[in-house]
Amino acid sequence: MTWIFENWDKFLELTAVHLRLAVVPVLIGLVISIPLGWVASRSRVASAVLLPLSNILYTIPSLAMIVIMPALIGSKILDEINVVIPLAIYTVALLIRGISDALRAVPGHVVAAATAMGFRPLRRFITVEFPLAVPVTIAGLRVAMVSNISMVSIGALVGLGGYGQLFIEGYQSNQDKVWAGLIATIVLALIADTLLQVAGRVLTPWVRAGR
Amino acid sequence: MGWLFDAENWSGATGIPVRLLEHLAYTWLTLLIAAVIAVPLGAYVGHTGRGGFLIVGLTNGLRALPTMAVLILVVLWAGIGDLPVYTALVLLAIPPIMAGTYAGIRAVEPATVDAARGVGMRERAVLLQVELPNSLPLVFGGFRSAALQVVATATIAAYVGAGGLGRYVFDGLAFQEYDQMLGGAVLVAVLAVLVDLVFVGLQRLTVSPGLRPVGTGGKS
Amino acid sequence: MIEFRAVTKRFEDGTIAVDELDLVVEAGTITVFVGPSGCGKTTSLRMVNRMIDSTSGTILVDGKDVMSVDPPTLRLGIGYVIQQAGLFPHRTVLDNVATVPLLSGWDRKRARTRAAELLETVGLDSGFAKRYPAQLSGGQQQRVGVARALAADPPVLLMDEPFSAVDPIVREGLQDELLRLQGELGKTIVFVTHDIDEALKLGDRVAVFREGGHLAQYAKPAELLSAPANDFVASFAGRDRGYRTLTFLRADVPVREVTTATLGSTVTSNGWVLAVDENRRPVGWLSPVDGATEVTADKLISGGSLYDGSSLRAALDAALSSPSALGVTVDPDGAVVGVVQADDVLKALATARAAGEVPS
Ligand SMILES: Nc1ncnc2c1ncn2[C@@H]1O[C@H](COP(=O)(O)OP(=O)(O)OP(=O)(O)O)[C@@H](O)[C@H]1O
Ligand SMILES: [Mg+2]
Repeated sequence: MTWIFENWDKFLELTAVHLRLAVVPVLIGLVISIPLGWVASRSRVASAVLLPLSNILYTIPSLAMIVIMPALIGSKILDEINVVIPLAIYTVALLIRGISDALRAVPGHVVAAATAMGFRPLRRFITVEFPLAVPVTIAGLRVAMVSNISMVSIGALVGLGGYGQLFIEGYQSNQDKVWAGLIATIVLALIADTLLQVAGRVLTPWVRAGR
Repeated sequence: MGWLFDAENWSGATGIPVRLLEHLAYTWLTLLIAAVIAVPLGAYVGHTGRGGFLIVGLTNGLRALPTMAVLILVVLWAGIGDLPVYTALVLLAIPPIMAGTYAGIRAVEPATVDAARGVGMRERAVLLQVELPNSLPLVFGGFRSAALQVVATATIAAYVGAGGLGRYVFDGLAFQEYDQMLGGAVLVAVLAVLVDLVFVGLQRLTVSPGLRPVGTGGKS
Repeated sequence: MIEFRAVTKRFEDGTIAVDELDLVVEAGTITVFVGPSGCGKTTSLRMVNRMIDSTSGTILVDGKDVMSVDPPTLRLGIGYVIQQAGLFPHRTVLDNVATVPLLSGWDRKRARTRAAELLETVGLDSGFAKRYPAQLSGGQQQRVGVARALAADPPVLLMDEPFSAVDPIVREGLQDELLRLQGELGKTIVFVTHDIDEALKLGDRVAVFREGGHLAQYAKPAELLSAPANDFVASFAGRDRGYRTLTFLRADVPVREVTTATLGSTVTSNGWVLAVDENRRPVGWLSPVDGATEVTADKLISGGSLYDGSSLRAALDAALSSPSALGVTVDPDGAVVGVVQADDVLKALATARAAGEVPS
């Protein structure tokens, strides 16, 4: 732990990298899963393809996926994209089923009422249907965010940064570094999780109404 | 992909079959140990309804725990061997199994549980004969995600000198043998998919077909 | 005005839900579609706002073919209320009601003000505005649904079994409320139900549908009861058809005197005594006793329905449901004016018949 205070600048730098590698995939994953979830909620065929596919992608170990990336997309071994893409894929896999289920669970009479009031489909999706899927989406995001934050470390095995670097360096020289990385990871995950939880509460006041 | 199909790699003490079995051994034993710890805990808390926050907190906390760090710390403390590997993997497998069991039991219709008490069952019987069987889909969901994560993460155990398919990945990495690394990665992925299929099959066999499983997330 | 001209709906699977429907809903009136389940009421209704498009035929709303207007624009001018209310769970009651005005381009403040007014109109006080739908009872949700449909002041209102998910007492309250609102607003309303009593109570005209989407009869409620077009209508209108007919008769029934006594007083009477409160509102009956007796609450037998001079049906029901066989008659303030007897109601009916008011 003392390592953190003695190497504050290095620590901040690692934190920035770690955060970037964890958060960017979550954002990308979110942006991709909303339309995919919508498609899966609408079409049987699409959901029969997308859901099993996302399950299979989710089974591929992160280390394997990170290692395969350069061969797959022709990136450099040390390119951050090798971590970002796998984590984004896991995020999509985590979110897509929940979003599609939640969209499908929007009561037909609510959608009918919106249609009958003169909502056009896109506006109806943005203002009525998706908001009702927000609680599930946030729940998925929380899982994705926490597991991403803990998974980023794996990237260090192929030389891609974050706190994982502390584990590797610590293994060779200094147990304190490992503890520093471990605790920093958990604290970061906790903070991110709490922020998302609070955001969820603020965004969905109706969920706690009438309970 | 040449490496994968090279007959030389399919035999001997460091051949693919041996590594595969090592990998599977890690997986089964880990799941067994985790189940012994997590199922009773999840069932107890689910049944009594007391300490639910503990399960949620523990699950989230453990999910954030970087497996690599645990692995390294236990090695630094106890030396290289099976202990670090199982410690790290069991800690990984506990949250989904515990959460699945807990959620499964909580999800059993209160009316069903009421009826069980109504016909004179004791608490033990209520839990064992009514709640647990009814919660099987979610319990299985928990085991399924746990298995998945363990198969995936057992790879990393090779970093501290353990066996399993991870060896190929790390050896490949160390010796810049890209082919071997890729081959190892593909093998792990295929194994993960197969193990997942086995669990889907088990689930179909033991759980009433009307009930769909829900996984409890997190992976490595 | 809404006009159906030879409207047919055939679904892809070949089901003919509505068959050559011709029907005119006069402006400012309530038309009720009634009929057994699956006879095409909902389909007919939803073709008006194009939630379903007709296969052939024309529907005109205020002279304009609905097919010539793009659906969202058409729908902004047509209120729609459904059984489950269809409220948006994630929006407060106030924002639910403000939805259509906002969609129509009103600014937020004006939309909210309008929504607050409407909540009052449908009988919900301002305390409800900030609640979410999950915090309301079924009847309250239905009121919000009605308020929301009225928000942009659409000339036309479509209501599909709006009150069928609430208990009979709340339903009756909602029906009365609707009639009161309609008295003020004069909308063109199409109301779907499969409850014939509701249809007869609310409808200026009632369209009875039968299986296969055929219109069996389209007439005023009294006519439907007294002159059903065929056996289907006769049987749908039900066994109590004769009794229901009384609903639409307003003949004079002699109101007789009754002995009344306030609580706590002492009376001497060998007949039934009606106990009343200080405002002369009935509180219960005292059965005949010999000699003087004090009127106390524990001796009272609760009474039947009250007759407010509205219809022969109310008069007869008051008499039949009263323990004394005397129907308590009240004035608009609820104060006792006297009693009616079943014999007198039947005599009044006979007189009305003789005068040709009721076809026999
Ligand atoms: N989308 C559809 N596809 C095929 N057939 C349909 C469809 N919607 C309705 N129908 C059929 O059309 C007929 C009329 O249905 P409609 O919903 O109009 O009945 P309804 O009179 O409103 O009945 P209820 O009183 O039960 O609400 C029924 O036979 C129904 O099964
Ligand atoms: Mg209907």
